Amino acid sequence: MSKHMSKYNDVIIIGGGIIGNATAYYLAKKGLSVTVLEASKDIGIGGSSRNGGGVRQSGRDTRELPLAMWGIKNLWPGLSEELGVDVEYTQKGNLRLGKTAVHQKILQGLTDKAVSCGLDVRMINGDEIRAINPYLSEEVTCASWCPTDGHANPLTATLGYYKKARELGVRFITEAPCFELRKIKGVIRQVVTPDAIYEADKVLVAAGFDSRKILATVGIDVPMMPLKMECLVTEAEPPMFLQMLGTADADFYGHQSKHGSFVFGGSSGFEHLNKDNGSPISSSIGASCTCRGIIKYFPALADAKIVRAWAGWLDDCADHVPVISPVEEVPGLYIACAFSGHGFGIAPAVGYNVAEMIADGHSTIDLSALRYDRFKPKQ
Amino acid sequence: MKSINDRSQDIGPFVSQTDDAIIICRCEEITKGEIRQAIHDGMFTVNEIRRYLRAGMGLCQGQTCGKLVKNLIARELNVIPDQLDPATSRSPMRPVEMKVLGNEEVAHV
Repeated sequence: MSKHMSKYNDVIIIGGGIIGNATAYYLAKKGLSVTVLEASKDIGIGGSSRNGGGVRQSGRDTRELPLAMWGIKNLWPGLSEELGVDVEYTQKGNLRLGKTAVHQKILQGLTDKAVSCGLDVRMINGDEIRAINPYLSEEVTCASWCPTDGHANPLTATLGYYKKARELGVRFITEAPCFELRKIKGVIRQVVTPDAIYEADKVLVAAGFDSRKILATVGIDVPMMPLKMECLVTEAEPPMFLQMLGTADADFYGHQSKHGSFVFGGSSGFEHLNKDNGSPISSSIGASCTCRGIIKYFPALADAKIVRAWAGWLDDCADHVPVISPVEEVPGLYIACAFSGHGFGIAPAVGYNVAEMIADGHSTIDLSALRYDRFKPKQ
Repeated sequence: MKSINDRSQDIGPFVSQTDDAIIICRCEEITKGEIRQAIHDGMFTVNEIRRYLRAGMGLCQGQTCGKLVKNLIARELNVIPDQLDPATSRSPMRPVEMKVLGNEEVAHV
């Protein structure tokens, strides 16, 4: 392909993660021509394939909760059938666990906010918790319980959207990092990569924290920083429980997958200080620390063997809530990034609503609280 | 642009082969036919095959099947295997019990 060859599309999406892939799929369903440009060699190599698979409503900020609730009601239940790939969606509830009075207060606060948004979530005590999940230790004294939460497989969901979008004619190009966005006559028009310049009427930037430097080429900034987090997975174990689990301190979270393995994420407290050579490699302390945390809650898992650990970057936003927004200053430009570590569960709803925003100019769910220009300095 | 980066390239239809039932990933029992079908679904890298099918995600972590999967992709896409990256290696090297991995107490003798 020549250096200056133009490729015209209705929409170019920068980023082949689950947000980009899902948006591409819903846009293709509406009949638009779409190209997805992925900087790396692999589709879904970032947070999309590195997260813990939660499909939660409870514990979310009220600004993104409507998206989570809508997606769980309308998209997740039929997603495997729609994509022709088993995304292993399991809707058996979420327990957010606590051990202390401080935890109880945190959980009560989150619960009260979610209830005010119409979510079925409530506080339960230790006995009620162990009636739902008998493997939890006696140290666990309180939890928020949301029966309509669950989990799914991030790998097959991300690649499932890719597969289905590709079938519908979406073009995916890997190793195509965007160096620059270019306006022509005041509106977005070109996406510059090392091999080609692509042209479109509309461009969606959905490239995780790399979105920041891409958006900077047209003078737009989303205040977010990369934050490295770590996960681990056990060998297959006999079926034990189906709920999604988290803790009040967010020190670990996880679930047992359909395959039987337990997938857990956790923090050592050193995430913001971790050595980082430009590649999200596991630290020496992360998996060990997460194991200690898990054993305190689940003594029965002490003998489960860890087969794999990995790390990934969150695109951590200033207010820990995503930016999903049109950019009026650069007509034709749209942003979906800064998911701050909880993008997977809302990804189908984000893809659906962003596709509506791009194609129709308005979306089913009001996303105005997630605008890119909401960040204000101290007064 | 390398041809492998254009995921819409025509690699021809999926044609079944007589040995498609051979197990390639022994840990997760994934067959040659399943891997070939996944390539036709658009999974053009070893990492993508692993995430899509679990080939190489079992106890041996792909130490047995990694090269076989890579060669299958190369053949199906008509590229040389050296153009493809191996799957990412992950710690720990051997499966380790949580109580062992999580134990950082040093025994002072």
